[in-house]
Amino acid sequence: MKTVNQKAWFFVLPVMLLVAFNALIPIMTVVNYSVQETFGNNLFFWEGLGWFEKLLNSPRFYSALGRQFFFTFSILAIEVPLGIMIALAMPKKGFWVPVCLVTMALPMLIPWNVVGAMWNIFTLPDIGLLGYFLNSVLGISYDMTQDPVAAWATIIIMDVWHWTSLVVLLSYAGLVSIPDAYYQAAKIDGASNWAVFRFIQLPKMKNVLTIAILLRFMDSFNIYTEPFVLTGGGPGNSTTLLSIDLVKIALGQFDLGPAAAMSLIYFAITLLVSWVFYTLMTKDD
Amino acid sequence: MAKITLSNLRHSYNEAPTGPEDYALKSIDLDWDDGGAYALLGPSGCGKSTLLNIISGLLIPSEGRVLFDDRDVTDLPPDQRNIAQVFQFPVIYDTMTAFDNLAFPLRNRGVDEATVKRRVNEVAEMLELSDMLGNRASGLSPDNKQKISMGRGLVREDVNVVMFDEPLTVIDPHLKWKLRSKLKELHQKVRATMIYVTHDQTEALTFADQVVVMQDGEIVQIGTPVDLFDRPAHTFVGHFIGSPGMNVLACDVRDGRAFLDGEHVALEGPVTGGSEGLTQIGIRPEFVTIGPQGLAATVRKVSDIGRHNVIDLMLGGTRVRAISEGDAPDPGSQVFVSFRQDQTRLYRDGWISTTAGGQGA
Repeated sequence: MKTVNQKAWFFVLPVMLLVAFNALIPIMTVVNYSVQETFGNNLFFWEGLGWFEKLLNSPRFYSALGRQFFFTFSILAIEVPLGIMIALAMPKKGFWVPVCLVTMALPMLIPWNVVGAMWNIFTLPDIGLLGYFLNSVLGISYDMTQDPVAAWATIIIMDVWHWTSLVVLLSYAGLVSIPDAYYQAAKIDGASNWAVFRFIQLPKMKNVLTIAILLRFMDSFNIYTEPFVLTGGGPGNSTTLLSIDLVKIALGQFDLGPAAAMSLIYFAITLLVSWVFYTLMTKDD
Repeated sequence: MAKITLSNLRHSYNEAPTGPEDYALKSIDLDWDDGGAYALLGPSGCGKSTLLNIISGLLIPSEGRVLFDDRDVTDLPPDQRNIAQVFQFPVIYDTMTAFDNLAFPLRNRGVDEATVKRRVNEVAEMLELSDMLGNRASGLSPDNKQKISMGRGLVREDVNVVMFDEPLTVIDPHLKWKLRSKLKELHQKVRATMIYVTHDQTEALTFADQVVVMQDGEIVQIGTPVDLFDRPAHTFVGHFIGSPGMNVLACDVRDGRAFLDGEHVALEGPVTGGSEGLTQIGIRPEFVTIGPQGLAATVRKVSDIGRHNVIDLMLGGTRVRAISEGDAPDPGSQVFVSFRQDQTRLYRDGWISTTAGGQGA
């Protein structure tokens, strides 16, 4: 006869508590806010799906979402090809390998708000190295506090500077795991450099690239600190990304209900895009 | 197809080699006849893969020349030599179908699509891959992947030599036999020169007409499988080929006669050279018999390996192995062993030092 006991529950209890405290309960709090209205004093009124309805009809939300997608796709379109190119150009063995790897890892070690502050100072037109150089030496008018194009260029370049390394390091890991025999066989088969890239390197990098793109998508889609420190969402609303808008609504205006509804939709979009992408990339395996 | 000549080949992986120990290959002179089936046999690290990579052009030798039909190809890259190489691990292009994999070397050389189709189908037919040509190569089993690697080598009609670098390493034992005989069959069909690198004597002996045995960057013996078994030119060959390998027993030589622990042992023929150098008797376990007379020995261990018994003996202080078909003596018992005279040879500093046939001493 099979012995039945309930001891196993005891062993999973700590994990259940942990997950409950750091994920389930906070999320349920957000869900709770998203269907209520409050005027302070801890007084709440039932609102139903009203906030969701309002949000999905609000032009402000769609323009922030549009900016968010524009930002994310811009940085992906630059960081992924650039990262692959750098990884391909890096030495595969010898003295320079650790030097390259450490240099590549450096930007990622810098805290996000420091990156924002660095680039803020770097681009100041009167004293910043880049800002002064562009304006006073090259005579190109550049001021990201005034000009939306300059502001966009700056946040995109900053993100590329900060995170291309991640794509480089992951691609590099994929590249060095390719046995020499593949390159030798390709040489014997008379394959061109492009064919080697297309039929050997890219397929072998596919898995790590999937991870790299996923990580970069999620991180850049939820980015807050760097653009907040750098531009604060300005000039005007031109660089107000979803997260910056969300914080404005939640903490600036203290509209907890709409902010909660927006968080949930924001979360759902991130999750949906990641899931679709991952499913498409792995459907052949 | 071509005859391949290696002349005065030396190779070192060091930038500035100082002594012979820095050389992975020490002076190789060798002719591979057109259409021959060769095996390159030797333990890991003996330089056989280096030699192969020099022939294929993946490596440029430090010294010496490589000639294909008397044309110097030493400095030509692999794709201009018309060679094919099959590696230890199957190399396939994951994202392509089996058909595209086989077509790849042809398409890279701008062969027209009709010819590509004809050749790929011919090769697939030979390798029994026809019914999986449309499948993605990444989903195939290891033996089929390895067949595709071979197919990519055979698909070109102008291929000079096909080289196999331990191609059966990752293949399941029961499929090894099949692939091995397939290879032999392929060689008879396409008649290209084939060089098969391995450290497995069974693979080398079943595949090749001529076996080249290497040790420490040098060629020790070249011969048919029968030559290597019957008359190893070096104790290394005797030891390396055969299971178990040849017994090598230190002995004294006085007046052209060999003595093992003071007892005279009859050799196959007259001893060449004097009495200097390290002298050893070489006798294969197959020719050591346990009988009523001979040298006294103690039985240490008997291993039944199926077809016969391998008997471990102590002959004075040295270990001797014998193969016996019949009943084996008990471990610990005292027996007498004798060596078949025409199979008993003398080696001096490793190299054979008796002449066969003549009156033994």
